[in-house]
Amino acid sequence: MDWDKLVQLLVNGVTLGSVYALVALGFSMVYGILKLLNLAHGDVLMVGAFIGWGILGWLGGAQDPSVAVWLLLVLMVLAAMAGCGVLGVAIERFAYRPLRRAPRIAPLISALGVSFFIQNTVLLLYGANFRSYDTVDLVDVEVGIHWGPLNVWVIRLVVIGAALVMMVGLWLLVTRTKLGKAMRATAFDREAAAMMGIDVDRVIVKTFFIGSALAGAAGVLVGLVFGQINHFMGFNYGLKGFTAAVVGGIGSIPGAMFGGLFIGLADAFSVGYIEDFTRGRLGSAFSDLVLFLILIVFMLVRPQGIFGKPEVKKV
Amino acid sequence: MNGESPEQPRIGRDEWVASAAERRARTVASRVQDVVEGTPAAVKLVAFALPFAVFPLLVESDYLMQVGIDTLIFVLLALGLNVAVGWVGLLDLGFVAFFGLGAYLYAALASEYAGRDWEAQLAIPLIAVAVAATGFLVGLPSRRLVGDYLAIVTLFFLQMWLVVLINASFTRGPNGISDILPLEFFGRSVTSLDGYFYVALVAFVAIVSVLYLLNQSRTGRAWRALREDELAAELMTMPVNRLKLMAFAVGAGVAGVTGAIFAPVQGAVFPASFDLVLLITLYAMVVLGGAGSLVGVTVGAVLINASLEALRDPSDASWLFYGVVVVALLVMLRPRWLPPVVLGGTIVFGLVAHELAQQWRPSLVAGAPFGEARIDELVESWVLLPENLVTPDGLPTGAMGRLAYIGLIAAVLGLTLVRSRLWRSVGLVPVLYLAACVWENMLLAQPAVARFVLIGAMLVALMAVRPQGLFGRQRVEFA
Repeated sequence: MDWDKLVQLLVNGVTLGSVYALVALGFSMVYGILKLLNLAHGDVLMVGAFIGWGILGWLGGAQDPSVAVWLLLVLMVLAAMAGCGVLGVAIERFAYRPLRRAPRIAPLISALGVSFFIQNTVLLLYGANFRSYDTVDLVDVEVGIHWGPLNVWVIRLVVIGAALVMMVGLWLLVTRTKLGKAMRATAFDREAAAMMGIDVDRVIVKTFFIGSALAGAAGVLVGLVFGQINHFMGFNYGLKGFTAAVVGGIGSIPGAMFGGLFIGLADAFSVGYIEDFTRGRLGSAFSDLVLFLILIVFMLVRPQGIFGKPEVKKV
Repeated sequence: MNGESPEQPRIGRDEWVASAAERRARTVASRVQDVVEGTPAAVKLVAFALPFAVFPLLVESDYLMQVGIDTLIFVLLALGLNVAVGWVGLLDLGFVAFFGLGAYLYAALASEYAGRDWEAQLAIPLIAVAVAATGFLVGLPSRRLVGDYLAIVTLFFLQMWLVVLINASFTRGPNGISDILPLEFFGRSVTSLDGYFYVALVAFVAIVSVLYLLNQSRTGRAWRALREDELAAELMTMPVNRLKLMAFAVGAGVAGVTGAIFAPVQGAVFPASFDLVLLITLYAMVVLGGAGSLVGVTVGAVLINASLEALRDPSDASWLFYGVVVVALLVMLRPRWLPPVVLGGTIVFGLVAHELAQQWRPSLVAGAPFGEARIDELVESWVLLPENLVTPDGLPTGAMGRLAYIGLIAAVLGLTLVRSRLWRSVGLVPVLYLAACVWENMLLAQPAVARFVLIGAMLVALMAVRPQGLFGRQRVEFA
């Protein structure tokens, strides 16, 4: 048994998982309230990554930042959250709100359109080349925990920590505040909530803002850990984030956290071990195959997710 | 029933429905639609097939023949996608995988790489059956999954298919299979583009006839019932699961046949031909024409493919752009005197802006347009063309281009929020001018990307303004 590799994959999986969890939360919140699969969510993440990259460049770049590193990271995350929050609100206002009473397939097609539009807009404005965060210039790879086989770069710790803080914050928001109560009520029954005096439209707008802000933060975190971003990166994170939400049980916050972790670990381990298990016949490029197979089976066997309750169809 | 007076309520005729029908009758689009729906199906088929049939006789250039074949292939694909999406209302995001499977199966049956040389009259039916069976298998999850989950699972299948295509050795990875043999019917090879065009046309006539009959049959009616309300359909004892699987299989079969024609036309198959971009283009075709309507889907596919081709050349693209803007204004703006006023205002606004720029900031008009036709000369004296706004690759060099583009999006979206007709019309003038500037400076610089930006925008706008497309019937859903 190769312990170093195992531990390394574990660390990778948890890092990936915390990013997926953030994406899953956004999906889950929007799905809970609107019963809408926001296919453009991954692209919001991509825009967040580009905003973070823009702020990094504006403040002097990774080699020669003009402010302290911690401040730089905070500014990047906050700017991406604000920008993506506004983007999410705009998407809701112009692409989804006109379709509240349309047949179910209409908002999905609109979402496809939004996703395609955002991707190609970024392609038009920034080109197809990968952009690099150069995080290794910002914080040396050696800085971090070195404890036996456990080697964790401090940026990974920052990413996991930031994701945790945001998730706990969201959980507190949803369970302890008036807005959270309104969100839960709207998710439970939109019409009844409206009759109780809840301004449903405002709740939906705030939900989109929060969900998209989380995706924006996730985008910056992805950029920090993996270094490279481009216009198409959102697709992968969107797909896996949504699956994480489904695995955990859509609409449930602990479910999204757990689902993210599960998908992150499954992703990392299938990349790491597929060659060993197939005796070299399938390379790590095939890892998505394994992951998607697991997910399809999971969706068939338990579509309500681990923490979800089976949906009862109302007539 | 001739003696019935119009005031009396009639059985089966609800007032609300009547008022909706009356409102509908006032628009141009619905009148066109009524004419289309009133025409017998055979006449419509001839009306579509005839121009295509004479097309090769009139056209000399190989390029236009290729465009013709591509158009027919897109029409076939859109018809196949329409089965699941338009008739049954299932969001199938894995559809292009079936197209790819058909193409790769043809490559496996008739290429030097595979070492086989099957004749088309055997290969095409076999491929149709095999791909339809695959569609059936992929559709199996639809028995348990509803709506959005199904969309995601089909997307997984597409991703898995692409992973295999790109990485497996037997598909030769991203290089694809490039020595595919031409179609061969009973010992006679199809060698010319004209020949392929007619093969595709025959396939179109055959497939559209089958689909038409299918839609008129019990199955077709059951599909539509399923789309409107699955639960109600099930309660009416319709075999919901079997119907869904049939829809997947039929759509996949059509895509498979199309793939089997596409592969020998290209002479090669690559994984990159079967990606999400194609999927979304197909969705745009189905949705623009009107999901569920065979005429609509066909027209949508022809329109979009023709527009995408026109966008390749800067001068043609400009004609298309200004043409679409003028038509859109004429159709959307009421009263009728408003569109000419807005257009005139925009022209004057542009001339003034151009003159002011020449006086104060000559660098703003120092650039050159991308095309060299008459329209580009006109454009040059009207639109702001800043120097070196984009690199030779078409990427913006500075913040100005990006700000103009993002500003345009914000302005268009903001304009839709303005309620007052007066202010909206007034606001339209600078927005149109900004759109023209962004079009000439940024979008024409990268036509390949601009077409996808436009498709994305079109999907969103269409869903908001006219979700039934050009030829579809408006559906009312009660929440």
